[in-house]
Amino acid sequence: MAAFFNQRNVIALLVLFSVAFPFITQNEYFLHIMTLSFIWMIGVYGLNLLAGYTGYLSLAHAGFFAIGAYSLGLLTVKAQMNFWLAFVLACLITSVVGLFVGLIALRTKEHFFAIYTLCVGYIIYLVIDKWESLTEGVRGLIGIPAPSNIGPIAFDNALSIYYLVLTILLLVILVVYRIVHSLNGRTYLAIRNSEDLAQTIGISTMKNKLTVFVLSTFFAGLAGALYASFVRFIGPDIGSTAITFDLLTYLLVGGIGTLSGPIVGTIIIVWVSQQLQFLQDYRMLIFGPVLTLLIIFYPRGIVGGVVDWRHKYQEKKNRKLSVNSLVKPEKQVKEG
Amino acid sequence: MFLETKNLTKQFGGLRAVNSVDFSIEEGKINAIIGPNGAGKSTFFNLISGFHRPTSGQVIFKGKDITTLPSNKIAELGVARTFQTTNLFEQSTVLDNVIVGHRLRTKSNLLDAILRTKRLKAEEKQCKDKAIEVLDFVGLTHVAHKQAAGISQEEKKRVAFALALATDPEIVFLDEPAAGVNPDETEGLAVLMQKMAEKGITVCLIEHKMSMIMKLADKIMVLNYGEKIAEGTPEQIKNNEAVIKAYLGGSAIA
Ligand SMILES: Nc1ncnc2c1ncn2[C@@H]1O[C@H](COP(=O)(O)OP(=O)(O)OP(=O)(O)O)[C@@H](O)[C@H]1O
Ligand SMILES: [Mg+2]
Repeated sequence: MAAFFNQRNVIALLVLFSVAFPFITQNEYFLHIMTLSFIWMIGVYGLNLLAGYTGYLSLAHAGFFAIGAYSLGLLTVKAQMNFWLAFVLACLITSVVGLFVGLIALRTKEHFFAIYTLCVGYIIYLVIDKWESLTEGVRGLIGIPAPSNIGPIAFDNALSIYYLVLTILLLVILVVYRIVHSLNGRTYLAIRNSEDLAQTIGISTMKNKLTVFVLSTFFAGLAGALYASFVRFIGPDIGSTAITFDLLTYLLVGGIGTLSGPIVGTIIIVWVSQQLQFLQDYRMLIFGPVLTLLIIFYPRGIVGGVVDWRHKYQEKKNRKLSVNSLVKPEKQVKEG
Repeated sequence: MFLETKNLTKQFGGLRAVNSVDFSIEEGKINAIIGPNGAGKSTFFNLISGFHRPTSGQVIFKGKDITTLPSNKIAELGVARTFQTTNLFEQSTVLDNVIVGHRLRTKSNLLDAILRTKRLKAEEKQCKDKAIEVLDFVGLTHVAHKQAAGISQEEKKRVAFALALATDPEIVFLDEPAAGVNPDETEGLAVLMQKMAEKGITVCLIEHKMSMIMKLADKIMVLNYGEKIAEGTPEQIKNNEAVIKAYLGGSAIA
């Protein structure tokens, strides 16, 4: 039973469910919510790579999300660029901005880093809000085109966009999985554990942190570009700090530094908020305390909690085994 | 000279933690640095390993001036160190803790990871083999798969050695390797350091445990208030007036 809950299985199950989801429900609105959730997940994966694996909590991610969204919007609407070219450029532009922000931000640590990036995020929001001649300010950018056809595949209905976003999400998960389970992932964990120690064993901490920072802004930009082409209308609000804290909440609930945490957290929060919509903003009266309790008792979120529980279960079993047979247990639980 | 410092000085505000220290380390030997608390021993290590920039003076390793290199570059040149307090990644296994120690000898980058290239796979194996090898060397094969949180203090010290050894060093600096372990275990760690020296790795350690130092070291430097007050063989140090005075105001060193 315990072994069943390993993160690979969880992901496989969710993939199956996601692929089958449109067949389970014909409800367009649910499909819309799911597509949106997938887009958030991509952003949360970006945040997780940085905060969960190197230990740097960036609060600028809504800003980068907005840069991705506005780059796509402006390039397609104002510059009339080909959709997919604009899409790739939007991700690259976000990463380049990320590179410059990272070069400065990563000279700080811990809460200074969080505060600095919070300011950067807010500045990005202000620029979008105030630079009306470029971004149309509070009026927002309308008429963003849906993704243009890829060969015979047209993205003119909700279902095809759902599968497009799902495919991109799966690619993101694959990339993150491979990074985390490689020497690079080990390097990032070493940095999270102790930067001083990492540096003395020959790891260039700055280079590695910058790489992850840029990659995480790339994911944020990717999510933003998808959002713009999915919702087709964007306003400065998508860059507000409220969005950053939404992403962060998804990550914390799901499990920071875990592979399946972003999926679990996003799905749960998005659906629970949907169910509690009748409460309007009073929802926060429930979310606040629950989140606080969760972080106190399960600092690595739901997924982290399950993993720890599995460890304990395994240990108990091993202990029983060793009492029974007097052999030393060697079985290990693999952690995601 | 294998590694030497010239006029090495570190000023912290009004405090000269290390004051014009000239010291040379011979290849393949066990060198020791002793001195009272706050004498500047750890700071001296920090200067050599690139952790702090010296206020003035030089560090020369195999004829190359490494004074201003960042610590990761110094590690690449073959200079490893351990810290006074061992900070392992407690939630990981011992083996996982040590594998990353060989990362500096590998080249695979992010793209290798994403595409799972042959190079990445080969280098992952290389790192793992290295970790297994050094864990065997320090005698920890039996706890390789245990969580770092669940091993003894002495085993943690050995893991720190293993991590340093995984970087393929030519010289290791050990900051109080036997602090907080019992006499029997201290003996075991001394044997391990000898084994390292026999393998051709130069050892330089800071230690308060005099009996161990006197047996183990080929050469000793004594620091007091940031200054070198004596240098020589254990015999010479034992009978040095200045040293005896610095320790306990006159009573001889055991
Ligand atoms: N980063 C720092 N900033 C300011 N002062 C420091 C710093 N590091 C060390 N010092 C001071 O420098 C002096 C030497 O410290 P150091 O840690 O080198 O001593 P030590 O010989 O290693 O002592 P111990 O045997 O207790 O480890 C102390 O007075 C210490 O307070
Ligand atoms: Mg010290």
